[in-house]
Amino acid sequence: MSRLASRLGALREQGRSALIPYLTAGDPAPDATAGFMHALVEAGADVLEVGVPFTDPMADGPVIQGACERALAAGMSLSGVLDIVTEFRQRDNETPIVLMGYLNPVDRMGLDTFAERAQKAGVDGVLIVDMTAEEAPDVVPTLEDAGLDAVCLIAPTTGDARIEKICAKASGFIYYVSFKGVTGSASLDVSSLAASVERIRAKTQLPVAVGFGVSTPENAADVSRVADAVVVGSALVRQIAEHGADRDATQAALRDTLSAMRRAIDEQDNTQGEARRA
Amino acid sequence: MNTPEPQQLDPGTPLVHAWRNMPDVRGHFGPYGGRFVAETLMAPLDELSEAYEAARNDPAFMAALDNDLADYVGRPTPIYHAERLSKKAGGAQIWFKREDLNHTGAHKINNTIGQALLAARMGKKRIIAETGAGQHGVATATVAARLGLECVVFMGSEDMRRQATNVYRMRLLGAEVRPVESGSKTLKDAMNEALRDWVAHVDDTFYIIGTVAGPHPYPAMVRDFQAVIGRESRRQMLERLDRLPDAVVACVGGGSNAIGIFYPFLDDEDVQIYGVEAGGDGVATGRHAAPLSAGRSGVLHGNRTYLMQDDNGQISGTHSVSAGLDYPGVGPEHSWLKDIGRAHYVDITDTEALNAFHECTRIEGIMPALESAHAVAYAQKLAATMKPDQIVLVNMSGRGDKDMNSVAEAAGESL
Repeated sequence: MSRLASRLGALREQGRSALIPYLTAGDPAPDATAGFMHALVEAGADVLEVGVPFTDPMADGPVIQGACERALAAGMSLSGVLDIVTEFRQRDNETPIVLMGYLNPVDRMGLDTFAERAQKAGVDGVLIVDMTAEEAPDVVPTLEDAGLDAVCLIAPTTGDARIEKICAKASGFIYYVSFKGVTGSASLDVSSLAASVERIRAKTQLPVAVGFGVSTPENAADVSRVADAVVVGSALVRQIAEHGADRDATQAALRDTLSAMRRAIDEQDNTQGEARRA
Repeated sequence: MNTPEPQQLDPGTPLVHAWRNMPDVRGHFGPYGGRFVAETLMAPLDELSEAYEAARNDPAFMAALDNDLADYVGRPTPIYHAERLSKKAGGAQIWFKREDLNHTGAHKINNTIGQALLAARMGKKRIIAETGAGQHGVATATVAARLGLECVVFMGSEDMRRQATNVYRMRLLGAEVRPVESGSKTLKDAMNEALRDWVAHVDDTFYIIGTVAGPHPYPAMVRDFQAVIGRESRRQMLERLDRLPDAVVACVGGGSNAIGIFYPFLDDEDVQIYGVEAGGDGVATGRHAAPLSAGRSGVLHGNRTYLMQDDNGQISGTHSVSAGLDYPGVGPEHSWLKDIGRAHYVDITDTEALNAFHECTRIEGIMPALESAHAVAYAQKLAATMKPDQIVLVNMSGRGDKDMNSVAEAAGESL
């Protein structure tokens, strides 16, 4: 079983929700990211999602676009992202890492080379935003042959037949995009979210993570009530943008932001657990 | 000559060559094209494909389109023998297909009319578009005004500065022009922003893409709407000269005017086809917008195609004196036509295009768009290598009024 599946499986057994923070690798500088990742683990991250910067991140809002621009200006590349994962693994061999990015950098490196190097660096799962099930006949098997999970997106517009098709290919977890929009928009509707997550659960045993639009501890708690995992991105990346070159201040802000979410999720899990026991 | 060209999006002729079969059902032109988008857009793209298939097979829709192309756009556009330009080139006869005479001054409206009618048919109330030089934005704002649809045009802030007149035209037509400040602040970033807007408003919004790029079905749909250019040209050539041209030349940014004139000639194997990319300062300098000449296969804006990119798969900055060609990708069908050798792709530098602009203006009294001036420049070179009884047909895709500032700036003058 992969590091990702065993971590998420264990949490599910304990009745706990996973917290998955996202950072764009190389923002604001390549040598900052591993430190930020450790800080996030200390603040309660269960899985880390590491963004591979791209010049044209068409599914991302302005906050993550800004992160991509800063990272690329600082010289970040897909190869550099894998180096960051290698560096992180020297101190942490437990926390699963999912790379999230767009197809072109992977395509340029070559899918086989990428899969092999990512596995060697210590990556556990890969989510390629603009790689749909239809266009992915070779991507998923190549990733899985290399021992990587292929995380797939499902959106509010995805019909039941497609959900089934996507779930049949995906591994690790399903990433449900909470609303029609780009990352970092604020329009989370928890009531419709529950029904959507159930629609996915009807088709798969894989854990369901929900992202896009989780910006406050309250959002995180609300999402954790219905999903197996909560993904937080723009709320953290905004801290990096605001603190600029001050690494210590940035790490403290990342820690504070994520711990508040962790606490809110844990409280929610405890309440839900007590309700279940009662 | 005054009857509009009947629209035959599905020609129904025997499929002589593989290119008549393209794309496949999922939008692939050989290895190119396809649908590489975030999951949220998959269902809306399916919906669009179905609606387009239904519309193109509906005689009422096609009749409405024919009618608009005749009465509103002003089709058919003439073909014109540029005698003095031909004499100067000293070889083959150069003819222009006068897309510059269309309403709004370029070929772009052939496509926006078609897509806007489709949007109305699908019950969409809001239109969005990306624009570079502003011609597609103006053509979109125009049809939105006519159909009473809300219209938002995304335009890089750098392009808004370069094309201030077109920004004002769009506003006069009732469109909102939304500046795009991300990335290089040009066409590719405007397209990113339009895709982001579409993701957020898929229920009520129709995205009118201006070129033969983007996810399936856009490359095929935009080609079909633009192919009226080639169908008319082919018929006009046969009627006027009782023969086909020896060569067809068009500029290629995203490549919609080019595919529009090329497509109906693809089966005519004696007709040589030339796409002219923006060579900028020269392809060797790296400052250009010529992905087919100097790029590599990759994925951007929903399709696989030739792209200008670095060794890490990041999209490169582009340069061209012509904002409409200033794009790092190209329609996937062009990538495929290049690979199979049916079309040749060449490049023309900023300087060559500006020279052709001035020459065409001074000796023919036709002021070409800077985009089209690239095609004119290559046609001059090509004609010089050919015999006087041969014919080069150039797509005069747009008129140059919009480019006064760029032309003056290049000449060191200010208006």
